[in-house]
Amino acid sequence: MASFIDLHHPPGSDRRADRMVRSTSEPLWLRRLLIGIVLAFFVLFLALPLIVIFQGALEKGFGYFLHNFTDHDILHSMLVTLIVALITVPANALFGIAAAWAITRFRFRGRQLLLALIDLPLWVSPVIGGLVYVLLYGRRGYFGPWLQAHDIRIIFAMPGIVLATTFVTFPFVARSLIPLMQAQGCEEEEAALTLGASGFEILRRITLPKIRWGFFYGLILCNARAMGEFGAVSVVSAKISGKTNTMPLEIERLYNDYLFASAFTVAAALSLLSLITLLLKTIAEWQNTRQLEAGRRALLESSIDTIPSKANA
Amino acid sequence: MSKKRHILPGFNLSLGWSVTWLSMIVLLPLAALIGKTASGGWGHFWETVTDPQVVASYRISFGISLIAALINGVFGLMAAWIFARYQFPGRRFMEAATDLPFALPTAVAGIALTALYSPNEWIGKWLEPLGIKIAFTPIGILLAMIFIGFPFVVRSVQPVISELSVDVEEAAACLGATRWQTLKSVVFPTLVPSLLTGVIMAYGRAVGEYGSIVFISGNIPFKTEITPLMIVHKLEQYDYTGAAAIGFTMLVASLLIVCAGNFLQSWGNRFRERT
Repeated sequence: MASFIDLHHPPGSDRRADRMVRSTSEPLWLRRLLIGIVLAFFVLFLALPLIVIFQGALEKGFGYFLHNFTDHDILHSMLVTLIVALITVPANALFGIAAAWAITRFRFRGRQLLLALIDLPLWVSPVIGGLVYVLLYGRRGYFGPWLQAHDIRIIFAMPGIVLATTFVTFPFVARSLIPLMQAQGCEEEEAALTLGASGFEILRRITLPKIRWGFFYGLILCNARAMGEFGAVSVVSAKISGKTNTMPLEIERLYNDYLFASAFTVAAALSLLSLITLLLKTIAEWQNTRQLEAGRRALLESSIDTIPSKANA
Repeated sequence: MSKKRHILPGFNLSLGWSVTWLSMIVLLPLAALIGKTASGGWGHFWETVTDPQVVASYRISFGISLIAALINGVFGLMAAWIFARYQFPGRRFMEAATDLPFALPTAVAGIALTALYSPNEWIGKWLEPLGIKIAFTPIGILLAMIFIGFPFVVRSVQPVISELSVDVEEAAACLGATRWQTLKSVVFPTLVPSLLTGVIMAYGRAVGEYGSIVFISGNIPFKTEITPLMIVHKLEQYDYTGAAAIGFTMLVASLLIVCAGNFLQSWGNRFRERT
């Protein structure tokens, strides 16, 4: 009987809206339960580790926290980390632009293979990233005897740390540029070419402004990994505090020496860096989507424009 | 030859530079890994990779990673669902925080988790009276692996949920399906490929992970040693061919995991195009 009445007297608009929501969403209690579970997961796995780091860093007071940053070894590890990032990030950025240009602007044999090889450092263990350089340049590695004869140190010295870091951060810039440049197409570059622009002019004035947010996104991810890498670097560094320790290695040294407050202080500095990275990354992602969509729209409009002209001809 | 096929300049320069850099940083070192593995001979290789201590480490690295990846599958799916479908305060903040395990250095995560779960620390001290030990046991390794693998599942599944058209769910509801039936027979099957891809990516990452695990695992031989640590041990003894043999085994295992992931991804793409 109720259904009969409903047919003749449509329910109020609010009730209908309520039923619409119910038919394509879960009941309120389930929604709340799901949000609650995920929130608990986030607190347990993401929030608490961060809190414990900052709490550990400030355990002996703010003065002690600041005092750590006057310690020679800690300062030196920050310097090493900075130098490593300053070398590896630009080097991989340059590679990223070159690889993205080659892969998205040209068709050639081995293109898929190149794409797959760029990804390789993402899926191998970081320890392997260090191991391979030891096998090449270590004391008993392939070039070991020659390097020893010429008194060049790569493993257990700065060059090894730079190489291992370059290996693990290798794909980041290329990976963030390739999908973006693929989606944007190259009509504007070709137009510039017909107007007489040189290759580098095209790159500097057309391509780079078009991809700047994707490029920035790749740079900050690359930088975060370069500054925070542990596995690869721990294999190739001599782990001598004040000489070849990066910040993550210094954390390990301090932690194993039971200097917990100092270890957590260095960890807090790196955590702060990763929080800034997350913030910048979110902004870049947002801007990147906008550029991507603008590119797609331009592509769509240009193809729509060409259809009537073809029909007229 | 290339000039005829391409309009834009810079083909030789950009491809030349890419291949040179790739060779220096990735190809030559990998060739060294394969060469060193081969130089030890088959007998030495087999002896190294089937050493009982190394085999015990496979159980940890490949076994516990699998459990971690499956747990991440469950929580990752839930997180992706609520981010894509529900409106609630703090959603954007939580979405941004999802990538924290990508951004946080592994050593930092390692000491933080150890500090949380050690017997007389934050969470550890509440669990110790109950007889539950987490730090320096396989459970600690599991937690670290869950931590580092979590974003993969969310990042893989969330775009697919956002792309789903609600029309199909409305149609199912109009045809009299309950919400649970709709989810089970309409929504969930379309998410399976991306969910599996995310789980496999999380698995691959956990298998190779080193920094966040070595602090919380305690590195007890035969009990809580991971395979990457066995490589480090061999290198500490200057046993290059032994280290290369284990490294090569891990490389092949990772390659298989990645191939499985790629296969699932292309399957998922075909699946989505059809629907």
